Amino acid sequence: MSEGLLGFEGFRLILGMVIALSFASVNALFLVWLERKVSGHIQLRPGPMEVGPHGVLQTAADALKLIGKELILPLKADKKLFFLAPVLVFTPVLVGFLVLPFSPGLIIHDMNLGVLLVFAFSTITVLAILTGGWASNNKYALLGAVRSVAQNVAYEIPLLLAVMSIVLMVHSLSFSHIVVLQKNVWFVFLQPLACLIYLIAATAETNRAPFDIPEAESELVAGFHTEYSGMGFGLYFLAEYTNMFIVCAVATSLFFGGWNGLFGISLGIPGVFWFLFKTYFLIFVIMWVRWTFPRVRFDQLMNFSWKVMIPLSLVNLVITAIVVKII
Amino acid sequence: MDELVRNEAGDRIYSLNLGPQHPSTHGVLRILLDLDGEYIVKADPVIGYGHRGHEKMGENRQYKQFLPNTSRIDYLSGLLYNHGFVLAVEKLAGIKVPERAKFIRVIAAELNRISSHLLWFGTYLLDIGGITPFLYAFDDREHILDILDTITGSRLTYSYCRFGGVCRDIDWKFIEMSRAFLKRMEARWADYEALVTKNVIFIHRTRDVGVIDRELARQYGVTGPNLRACGVPFDVRRSEPYEVYDRLDFEIPTGTKGDALDRYNVRFREMQQSCRIIDQALDQLPEGEVLAPKVPQKLSPPKGEVYSAFESARGLSAYYMVSDGSSGPYRCHIRVPSFGNLNVLNDVLPGTLVADAISILGSIDVVIPEIDR
Repeated sequence: MSEGLLGFEGFRLILGMVIALSFASVNALFLVWLERKVSGHIQLRPGPMEVGPHGVLQTAADALKLIGKELILPLKADKKLFFLAPVLVFTPVLVGFLVLPFSPGLIIHDMNLGVLLVFAFSTITVLAILTGGWASNNKYALLGAVRSVAQNVAYEIPLLLAVMSIVLMVHSLSFSHIVVLQKNVWFVFLQPLACLIYLIAATAETNRAPFDIPEAESELVAGFHTEYSGMGFGLYFLAEYTNMFIVCAVATSLFFGGWNGLFGISLGIPGVFWFLFKTYFLIFVIMWVRWTFPRVRFDQLMNFSWKVMIPLSLVNLVITAIVVKII
Repeated sequence: MDELVRNEAGDRIYSLNLGPQHPSTHGVLRILLDLDGEYIVKADPVIGYGHRGHEKMGENRQYKQFLPNTSRIDYLSGLLYNHGFVLAVEKLAGIKVPERAKFIRVIAAELNRISSHLLWFGTYLLDIGGITPFLYAFDDREHILDILDTITGSRLTYSYCRFGGVCRDIDWKFIEMSRAFLKRMEARWADYEALVTKNVIFIHRTRDVGVIDRELARQYGVTGPNLRACGVPFDVRRSEPYEVYDRLDFEIPTGTKGDALDRYNVRFREMQQSCRIIDQALDQLPEGEVLAPKVPQKLSPPKGEVYSAFESARGLSAYYMVSDGSSGPYRCHIRVPSFGNLNVLNDVLPGTLVADAISILGSIDVVIPEIDR
């Protein structure tokens, strides 16, 4: 082990973040392509086919186009906040990669408060969306931003309560510890309700349909990013897909055994592939839902959160606490 | 801006200009909304962005020269308006239409009605956030456009009817394609039922949303599926039968409450009834001429006036024409159903959410250029 200027751990962190950044970009390109393909096939059409085989390079071409576009500042918009918001929305999402347990050795920083870190940073995203919607000086953007805040506040509670029941079971906030304990039995079998609540809340948290009311294109034009063009819009997009990867990766680690195979059978496949396979499968499910259901209305969404999800997750938490105490 | 309107709690009420360029205003509608948070306090639809002067054009042209215009009044039910116009002129000039032509007109008109309703079905689901049904519906609609393409030569603005018949006879290919389409739709209705009609989110988004009751419908002159959704079984095809509708067996679907879900169900069942009509008309199709002989090229009907109503995809449409004995109408007025259907928004929208405004606007199925004419 060599001691550099920053020390081994510091060097590892920086290298890790650089790798995470490149992974996030490639991942977003892939996911956008996947989304267009999934939506295409669900809608009985082929999706992008022109650029590259089966259109794999389509999103790369789109990204290049976005980079080349002019950044337009709306009249009377708050310039500083307007340009700060896209950066603010993407950075905290990236931090989540710090603690994601890809495989036993493949964690940038195995922290004992990893679970807390991911959720703490993902909360900042909503502030960025509010900033962007506010700074745009557009009523549609503002409406979208306001909806986003209300929705995120409402759905973070059941999300965290669902996660807390896992934490109660394992007495740890470290991802690698949680994953190791799932060597034989995935927690989804012990906590099916928590898993369901987590997935629903995570869909709402990432503003995905049927909970995509902050951007509801048929109502609010494009919601909070109505006024953004070029890479400003690109960063929102990048953040959305990276965030989707993070919530699915967290779900994989907490409920679906992370790098472990099913019931301890790994079939000789390396853990990182198990992890990625499960994560992308969950992402596929979220896409599937998006292209199947219509959008719920704002008040229905809030009612669903406060009247169904939160009581259910509280009950689940209490039962978990009692069972853990007895055992 | 100096005078701030406030609600009881002292919060400022602000206005939102929805349209004319907005993803869900179906063309060029503009609605001025006064909002209290996300709740609508006042809604004021502004029309006139699609005015092309069709009525005036009708008065400055010969009857047959106005024929192509008619399918552009409501571009989604072009054939129905085209059909309605020849009906009015035939009534005015006393032209007899061969039996076969009557059946062909009904078949083509019902196909057009289904295509219009399918487009509504797709865009309505799009309005409430379901993107996939839109593409399914357009896939089905594409079949209708292909079928109509074989006999009319166009896909949207058909000018198929002539005074005294239709311009082209249908052939075995048309009949085969229509039968195949009817068969295909049997399976598709089941798909749509499973995917949309029984979808929990869809039902929650539409039930008790945008209720138009009988009284309100009467006040605003709401017609068509929107009127039938509140329980009034009024359909021009049944109440004042034209062509061969009195010889065909079909139901008039009605709702009970007049909410968006009822309107959805009425239109959905109307598409099925249209399929039934086409099926029967194809069975009963007689042989013979499709265009009455001896209709003069330059038509000069005797002095008089005519009012001829027909059921377009959106409701009661009618042509009112006054003839002064020349080759063109002295006055040509077109009654469009969307005008009444749209203005009911003034009373329906206040108290609802922005998201519902879009849903209600979609559910009443307006074509804005039809209003502006």
